[in-house]
Amino acid sequence: MNDPIPDLTRRGLLSGGGALVVSFAIGPRLALAQGEEAEVVEQRGELPGSLKDYPFVDSWIRIGADDTILVMTGKAELGQGIKTAIIQIAAEQLQVALPRITLQTADTGMTPNEGYTAASHSMEESGTAVLHAAAQARRVLLDLAAGRLGVPVETLSVEDGVIVGAGQRIRYGELVDDQLLHVRVDARDEAHDPSGYTIMGEPVPRVDIPPKLTGEVAYVHDLRLPGMVHARVVRPPVYDARLESADIAAVEAMPGVLGVVRDGSYLAVVAEGEYQAVRAMAALQASARWTGGMTLPDGAGIADMLRSLPSQENVIHETGPGGAAGGAGARRVEATYTRPYQMHGSIGPSCAVGLAEDGGLTVWSHTQGVYPDRAAIAEMLGVSEDVVRVIHMEGSGCYGHNGADDAAADAALIARAFPGRPVRVLWMREQEHMWEPYGSGMVVSASAGLDPSGGISDWSYDLWSTTHVTRPPPARNLAPAWLLERSLWPPKDVNIPQPAGGADRNAVPPYTIPNARVVEHYIPVMPLRVSALRSLGAFMNVFALESFVDELALAAGADPVAFRLARLEDPRAREVVQAAADRFGWADFERGPGRGRGFAYARYKNLAAYCAVAMEVEVEGETGEIRIGRVVAACDSGQVVNPNGIANQIEGGIVQSSSWTRFEEVRVTPDGILSRDWASYPILRFPHAPASVEVHVVDRPGEPFLGTGEAAQGPAAAAIANAVADATGARLRDLPLTAEKVRAALAG
Amino acid sequence: MVTLNVNGAPFETDTDPDTPLLYVLRNELELNGAKFGCGLGQCGSCAVLADGRPIFSCLTPISVLEGREITTLEGLGTIDAPGPVQAAFIEEQAAQCGYCIPGMIVRAEALLRRNPAPSDQTIRDWMEPHLCRCGTHMRILRAIRRAIDGGGAETRARDGETPA
Repeated sequence: MNDPIPDLTRRGLLSGGGALVVSFAIGPRLALAQGEEAEVVEQRGELPGSLKDYPFVDSWIRIGADDTILVMTGKAELGQGIKTAIIQIAAEQLQVALPRITLQTADTGMTPNEGYTAASHSMEESGTAVLHAAAQARRVLLDLAAGRLGVPVETLSVEDGVIVGAGQRIRYGELVDDQLLHVRVDARDEAHDPSGYTIMGEPVPRVDIPPKLTGEVAYVHDLRLPGMVHARVVRPPVYDARLESADIAAVEAMPGVLGVVRDGSYLAVVAEGEYQAVRAMAALQASARWTGGMTLPDGAGIADMLRSLPSQENVIHETGPGGAAGGAGARRVEATYTRPYQMHGSIGPSCAVGLAEDGGLTVWSHTQGVYPDRAAIAEMLGVSEDVVRVIHMEGSGCYGHNGADDAAADAALIARAFPGRPVRVLWMREQEHMWEPYGSGMVVSASAGLDPSGGISDWSYDLWSTTHVTRPPPARNLAPAWLLERSLWPPKDVNIPQPAGGADRNAVPPYTIPNARVVEHYIPVMPLRVSALRSLGAFMNVFALESFVDELALAAGADPVAFRLARLEDPRAREVVQAAADRFGWADFERGPGRGRGFAYARYKNLAAYCAVAMEVEVEGETGEIRIGRVVAACDSGQVVNPNGIANQIEGGIVQSSSWTRFEEVRVTPDGILSRDWASYPILRFPHAPASVEVHVVDRPGEPFLGTGEAAQGPAAAAIANAVADATGARLRDLPLTAEKVRAALAG
Repeated sequence: MVTLNVNGAPFETDTDPDTPLLYVLRNELELNGAKFGCGLGQCGSCAVLADGRPIFSCLTPISVLEGREITTLEGLGTIDAPGPVQAAFIEEQAAQCGYCIPGMIVRAEALLRRNPAPSDQTIRDWMEPHLCRCGTHMRILRAIRRAIDGGGAETRARDGETPA
């Protein structure tokens, strides 16, 4: 194969000291992409995490004769701190100081294929793989040293990568050869005793923060290659509209413009200067005439629309005889909750750099999945995956399937038209707002019976939603591919089944309810483009379920925390609920006029991190504004690698969710999407931030890592609604809980 | 030809004077700190100081900036010697994706130069024009408080004010 990769991208990682590893291969893999879709795949083999696909130590750890240690992960840094956590794991298990580890993240030219960095899977998949691979590497090195020294391995110890014993010192680098670490990981062996950890479990400062805060090259937006030119795209008013005409000649005559790229209805412009490209884009857009395209829904009627669309009925949970039970004296509680379409809304629009050279194509992208993105781009271009390399560089916050993959496809299409010139493409704000795949609108209808003793006699929960996953591949899930002459349209949906679920994620109650039925009404069509937005259906399901549990507790005259604890069996769930309640001071809370407390709990996906949130709110009667006071959360993520990283994710999840919950709704009419900037899609600003957020991290030494990045969003939303109900007596069930809706509820 | 003063050094450019400052900073001076966020003055990612006051560099044409002292994130410190506000943000681990943080630091710097002892409410109100999507607000507020209480003296002294 040609090598399309300029030397400057190699970063010299493997050049120093000649790492003696020749056996590492990154060939095509058998399994589907990991990430969201991994939920579909059956468990493979016995090895944990991503070792299932890459069982050899040297897929993860390479040690050079000069003692350099290169750790590989197929996951990407998204600002969640994964780089630092994986470095901590490797350093702990190899027993070396942190600066000794060099980490290589997602790059189809170098790292394992770990699919998508999504679904809070990075620690469970990559962290677990590196944990066991590094532990085994240490054991292999110790065994070899013991043989050379002729002493029992138990008499040896490791000091920062130097094996010490029998009065001698042997560096790791002296022991390695090209096959030493090409051994299968035997994960039955324990990683070393968690009680002796000195690096894992510590709040090690993140390695990516200082460069970001001092203006180093930190994002794909900052990548500057020699001879680089700038591109902007022009998109139609609606997804599948066709281009009738555009004044390409006039735009190509503008200052600095190198050319317009047109392929069917796909339009982009390339210029020497970035602002020249922006001006040319504006002119091209003004001259473009479009026709046709789908009719968008009316935002005011989203909930009715969702319930009226054809859907597939999936009974995802059933206990007991079903139907309304409870007999005489049972009281029915019924409620319907809705969620509008919502945005990822990354602060920096999507960006990518492409370079077509010597028959190959390299794309630098903030995609969550370099391998899946490569497959989709290759399919779109009709070329072999072998000639495409996708290298991850960080972008502005991710939060799921945003515009990153599309921008990478833009860079590929435009770079192909300008061979030999690196092309940087950046979307405009309006394009990000209008073209990113949204989080799906949803409706939940819940009904339950309360027996005279306050017990739940039956439980029925129905949810309606379009898909939460349209990730590429296939190529038809790249928006640019819709517009090409050889159009790939419409996008393809995936419905992730239980237990992780997609639309129905966290729809199964975590509580012991003897007579429960949960039904997903899955809508296969897409009135608006949608895909994975942080926590998928869990945000809405936890909002609805935990609001409804609160309504039941209220109807039963029970304390909401006690009502939950009475139905929670998992001791780890009970512990986070109790910890959040205790640290908040639930029992001693004093209500005031317009001031109340709210509580909610969920275990993300019913499989990952446990999170409970308690908070106080004040509702301003005149304005209807919900002011969030003190927030206390408790989280159990299994073995803690970086407590500050976990706290950061939980804090951020609460604050982000408090924006989704109070402010956010994609505004759309049949004529088009109206949410085109931060004025027409307002989000939380500093004056709306909580008074304080305190996170209690429960450590579980030796327990498996549990994904944390999406654990807090659902509980935070329900805690807000529950606190508003506690403060005012008004129950709000339609997201977002805007000041206008609060005012209306208080008046009515 | 437009002559700018960026981080204490003159810079001459023959770029169209209507060009917003952000593009000159990023592409001609190769300064990464100011980021493109919205191009509309709604998010603050592009903030820099002009004569000590925060401006949106995505909107401000270079033609109106001649003779004004422009300070970018890079003018506040380096990775080896971060400025007091940068150091406070690092100390508080006040970032997730970090894309908005350079603008936050620049705007916080401007506040500390004009008001060495702002109240918490003043800080929140002052930061209102800036958006963070990761929900890092609590850490950003803590970092600004830390810069005021602990690390801000150098900033204020540099600006000729009396430390509190």
